Amino acid sequence: MERESAVACHDVTLRLGDRTVLSDISLSVAEGSFVGLFGPNGAGKTTFLRALLRLVKPVSGDITLFGQPVARGNPAIGYMPQSRTPSGAMLTGRDLLASGLSGAKWGLPWVSRAGMAEIDAALEGVDAVALGRRRLGALSGGERQRLLIAQALLGSPRLLLLDEPLASLDPARMREVALLLRDVARRLGMTVICSAHDINPLIGVMDTVLCLARGRARIGPVDEIVTEPVLSELYGVPVEVCHAPSGRVLVSADGL
Amino acid sequence: MLAYDFMRMAFAASACVAVLAGPVGWFLVLRGQSFAGHALSHIAFAGAAGAALLGISPLAGLLGAAVLAGGAMGLTGRDTGERDVAIGMVLSLAMGFGVLFLHLMPRPAVTATALLFGNVLGVSGGMLVSLAGAAVAGLVALGVLSRPLLFASLQPELAEARGVSLRLVSTLFLMLVGAATAECAQITGVLLVFTLMVGPGAAAQRLGLAPLAGIGCATVLALGEAWGGLALSWWTDWPVSFWIAVLSVAAFLLAGLRRL
Repeated sequence: MERESAVACHDVTLRLGDRTVLSDISLSVAEGSFVGLFGPNGAGKTTFLRALLRLVKPVSGDITLFGQPVARGNPAIGYMPQSRTPSGAMLTGRDLLASGLSGAKWGLPWVSRAGMAEIDAALEGVDAVALGRRRLGALSGGERQRLLIAQALLGSPRLLLLDEPLASLDPARMREVALLLRDVARRLGMTVICSAHDINPLIGVMDTVLCLARGRARIGPVDEIVTEPVLSELYGVPVEVCHAPSGRVLVSADGL
Repeated sequence: MLAYDFMRMAFAASACVAVLAGPVGWFLVLRGQSFAGHALSHIAFAGAAGAALLGISPLAGLLGAAVLAGGAMGLTGRDTGERDVAIGMVLSLAMGFGVLFLHLMPRPAVTATALLFGNVLGVSGGMLVSLAGAAVAGLVALGVLSRPLLFASLQPELAEARGVSLRLVSTLFLMLVGAATAECAQITGVLLVFTLMVGPGAAAQRLGLAPLAGIGCATVLALGEAWGGLALSWWTDWPVSFWIAVLSVAAFLLAGLRRL
């Protein structure tokens, strides 16, 4: 039996200002898959993720998540935006997570005991309990990413959208965060779409690759997409794919 | 000192102001919008001078101008870089108009001093009622707004994705800042609004308290600084605003010592 589609796009066109970012793309993401989302700068990775959150409305076409049309504030989606330096450097990690817990409701920012337990569970899930007590301003980039992943896990979402969770991390940290994401997604049975610039840290983590380039989208299993002809065509520059003796795949290009 | 009616009025009025300025100031510092708060106080000055010229209560002018300007500021986008310049231009224009209104008045010096440096010892019973009313309304509004406001301040993109309207939250907050600014201006004057708005909030932020505790701390600090300023002014006969400014900066510096 075929698995239900977590994400299905039919002839979707997305526009940012007066620039058409993606035109007439159709694709579906199987539930439970880990999708690596790639593409050159400005290819529409963030816009695509924002469309799944209904923060960008398609000019045409329709998008469904688990069979339902996309809607703002969908509780089935966990989202980790592209990280910026957050304000509130003197607040702790737990304060940050607490602010997002039913943060869209009016009222005082009061967190119940059950809410605190949920925050603790999310922190524990990414091995970040100690980080929850530290000040945001004193965290390193990798520690902050870990905290934001915990935040995205609050509310047990079925679909996790991660915008560049590996950005500005050193190679060892990148791999560590990527493996953490894989383990969490497997354990909780979530579908993940994770955008990244570098393909390598996600090799062995993702099972599906979604490439956006020049208004088009191409999705498929890793072996099918991470090949020299396909990547070279997508990026418009010669791309080299090396299979290392360790079994790892390394991707390299002048323009990447 | 509480034997005198005007002193009792002053203590009551500064309490009304402090309980609104403290919490609003905490959010203002968290959001990095101190400059917007500064500009609102100058716009409030123009409003109050205009009201005085027309023979309306200056407090109504302060409140009206600051709340409307706050709303307008919130509605016009959120790109801070360009916005700082725009805010600066509007601020200068407002000050310019304020000067013009004062120039057109029969006894400008008295009004000007009261507006610029505060007049807490001249609070009348009617004014106290207005101040208390504005403080209660402001606190109720902040109580309703605070959860999405905290979320939107810490993580705007995520808050937006979860269904928070950033523009609505920002606009309502700036209107509140306007109201708090107008209240403060009554005590400290428009030029020293920062002492009660930003000072306690910034000191509380430095202490690294959780949000609700931080807001409470800012409120207590604002109240302590306002009342302390009144008491010190009574004993020394120096202006209230001077003492509030000194206490505000002292609290900020002391809060910083904690980290050393």
